[in-house]
Amino acid sequence: MKVSIDPMINAPNNNRRNNSFRGIAEQSSMESIFRSPSALFWLLLHGLCCIISLVLGFRFSRLIFFLLFTTSYNNSSSSYSQSPLLLHQSTSTSPPVLTTNAPTTPLPHANHSGSSRVVVGRHGIRIRPWPHPDPKQVMQAHRIMERVQREQMLTYGVKNRRPVIVITPTYLRTFQTVHLTGLIHTLMLVPGEVLWIVVEAGGASDETADLLVKSGLEFVHVGFGEKMPPSWEAIHKMEARMRLQGLRVVRERKLDGIVVFADDSNMHCLQLFDEIQSVKWMGALSIGLLAHGGSRTKQDGNGGEEDANFPLPVQGPACNSSGKLAGWHTYNVSPYMEQSSTLVHDGATVLPTKLEWAGFVMNSRLVWKDVEDRPGWFRDLDELNENGDAIETPLSLLRDESFVEPLGKCGREVMLWWLRVEARADSKFPSRWIIDPPLEIVVPAKRTPWPDAPPELLSSERESGIRDHAEKHHTKAGRVSRSRRVSHNKRKHDSQQAESQLSVVSTKQER
Amino acid sequence: MKFGFSLVFLPLFLALFSLVAAEDRQSQHPERISGSAGDVLEDDPVGRLKVFVYELPSKYNKKILQKDPRCLTHMFAAEIFMHRFLLSSPVRTLNPEEADWFYTPVYTTCDLTPNGLPLPFKSPRMMRSAIQLISTNWPYWNRTEGADHFFVVPHDFGACFHYQEEKAIERGILPLLQRATLVQTFGQRNHVCLNEGSITIPPYAPPQKMQAHLIPLDTPRSIFVYFRGLFYDVGNDPEGGYYARGARASVWENFKDNPLFDISTEHPATYYEDMQRAVFCLCPLGWAPWSPRLVEAVIFGCIPVIIADDIVLPFSDAIPWEEIGVFVEEKDVPNLDTILTSMPTEVILRKQRLLANPSMKQAMLFPQPDQSGDAFHQILNGLARKLPHDKSIYLDSGEQVLNWTAGPVGDLKPW
Repeated sequence: MKVSIDPMINAPNNNRRNNSFRGIAEQSSMESIFRSPSALFWLLLHGLCCIISLVLGFRFSRLIFFLLFTTSYNNSSSSYSQSPLLLHQSTSTSPPVLTTNAPTTPLPHANHSGSSRVVVGRHGIRIRPWPHPDPKQVMQAHRIMERVQREQMLTYGVKNRRPVIVITPTYLRTFQTVHLTGLIHTLMLVPGEVLWIVVEAGGASDETADLLVKSGLEFVHVGFGEKMPPSWEAIHKMEARMRLQGLRVVRERKLDGIVVFADDSNMHCLQLFDEIQSVKWMGALSIGLLAHGGSRTKQDGNGGEEDANFPLPVQGPACNSSGKLAGWHTYNVSPYMEQSSTLVHDGATVLPTKLEWAGFVMNSRLVWKDVEDRPGWFRDLDELNENGDAIETPLSLLRDESFVEPLGKCGREVMLWWLRVEARADSKFPSRWIIDPPLEIVVPAKRTPWPDAPPELLSSERESGIRDHAEKHHTKAGRVSRSRRVSHNKRKHDSQQAESQLSVVSTKQER
Repeated sequence: MKFGFSLVFLPLFLALFSLVAAEDRQSQHPERISGSAGDVLEDDPVGRLKVFVYELPSKYNKKILQKDPRCLTHMFAAEIFMHRFLLSSPVRTLNPEEADWFYTPVYTTCDLTPNGLPLPFKSPRMMRSAIQLISTNWPYWNRTEGADHFFVVPHDFGACFHYQEEKAIERGILPLLQRATLVQTFGQRNHVCLNEGSITIPPYAPPQKMQAHLIPLDTPRSIFVYFRGLFYDVGNDPEGGYYARGARASVWENFKDNPLFDISTEHPATYYEDMQRAVFCLCPLGWAPWSPRLVEAVIFGCIPVIIADDIVLPFSDAIPWEEIGVFVEEKDVPNLDTILTSMPTEVILRKQRLLANPSMKQAMLFPQPDQSGDAFHQILNGLARKLPHDKSIYLDSGEQVLNWTAGPVGDLKPW
């Protein structure tokens, strides 16, 4: 019944072709309307209602129909049914939402039998009384999705997953918890069996053991007698020896699987653990180097800008056009050596070595004793010097480098990110995530004297720092309430130089 | 009925199949659509029928296409590709005496608005004029009054040639096509615009475009229900309640804040990729009950949730849709979340396995060049299943069944 009113009601934008052509098509139906007097009556009534609506400014006919609850059908074949189903009025603010049903009696359309359940015309929009999610169903849906995903992994994912043996060198320091927690979370998500060999410098400590036990992973905690030295060069060498120690554990226990050298501060993509399943003997991956750890306190004009424009440096295998290993991509660190960090905890950028251990994975059988089918190009571990000097990269373990398999689309995919970032020497990081008991004195940041340069590292001071640290771990509850001024900065610095000054400050702004 | 037959045989076949495949549980290869219904998809129509293609003047086909090449990419492009397929197909015969079926290549859905939507107003006249041509130039139309002819009419309501349902119902199928076999995308039971014996086909979806957006199969499906499209058609149905019989609006109102339902009106660039990350894809009716969403859901392995009462899905005599998709009645839409989450996981996994079957996906596509098992071949299979023609379709000379002057006056004007 919308013959003459349509152009006014319909919005100008047409997704379909209605507007311009409706008039033409509708004219033929005009005659049929005037033939029946009831239709004429309804047309006039409808017109009246429309005029009233125009005056009032809203469609009140729907309201009338709702109140009256009448149904009315038109016999003229060109009209829509005017059954008054109330729709959810978007303007209504009151909660009760109606669920009305479409008319069940079929429309008397010409040449259309009443056997169809589907009727043409206006229908109600069904809304249930509480149209919000049901938590039980949400959980059930998640269970369904989990099952579907498991099925997908079984069908399309890696078949015959081999166990993964992860070797991690670590040592007690401020950021150890941060780094290890990240690695723990990654390893918890790895599908299949994971065995974690943690080699700790300075002996197996309780704090590290605590963390490892809480992770729920299967681990082997091995202590390595010597303490970590302060300079990065020495640290790199020692870590290599620690990893060899881990390989010796694999050898003794005859562990089967794929060995991954995961350093605790690196970031691993889970795709990595799927990719390494395809390694046969020894594989190499591309590592992205996040060499800008720590603060960029030394900003030369040149150095800073150059760094900003360079793409992320990547270390890894390089292939020739036929997909075979042709060489290695390494990162030339010599331009940055001066600004880089030499000592741990000095807050400067730490640079990687030529080829990091993290980019290599190997089949654990390579290090077993007396394995017949071990390829000849791999040296036996016993051949190596006990001190293992000059073992900088795993390539030293090989007689022939060309047998290394490039993984990750021949090194084009980076699934592993290398980073070394350690706290400044004067940092006292709380041993847990919660600072309990709450801080006694809180000093606003602006007032805190901030040393621009890190304090000179003396070996004695470092040792005292470590002892301090260890004490903190042991006495969790017994926080000695000697002057512990921690300011609310991102880096909770406790400058010993400021000790004297702060007593003055605290009297001024005590909270 | 064939359906009942397959229901009986299906559990037996499945039991047999599962015994054989017991060791293969680990590998989980995609399940065959077993039973008498599913095997039909792999039939080869070549040699089972012969089709004669009428040579119509190019104003009926080529010239229209030249005027607007968009006809090749929209969802009604099946008529054009069917013509091209038949021209070079081995089932084509140049001798009309030995032909079982006759095809008239007239592109009735190619008169497009600037927006790209086809206008059906001239289509009845175009079709009528084409039939007049073939009935005067060849004797084969008058022999059976079109009973062994087939036409591809992929428009919204098929041969009713209108986009609005009331008008389409009012017009009914073009009287001249009453005896012919119609190959159309529209299908709804007990509807005027669906003749007995029509073949329902999927709408055209561009195969290369979909292939280009495939993602690795082990990408985990993390979206539970996915839908992108209109819920309210404000331009043509400002009051609401007409568009989609209120079903789409109901979906929106009930589930717009439900985290399991990823539904919106956006047009994301990652539409195809998102479908491959979803477990269920909604395929509700719009102005007409069919939509290309069904094809997309099948290709991307997303279980289609069909919300359209009485709909007849493509190749329903060859594809067991009940086993592949989920049918929800429009009145049950407010309970859609309960329905979907209460499905047992084995049922869902089985549907996914059936969807992974490559012959299922092939049957929904119109690839260029054609491949075996694709939608072209399924149409020919459907035509072949209707052979041999009943003797009664052949009329005595001079006998006329069709009324050439029936229908609205406007249709009788020459084109």
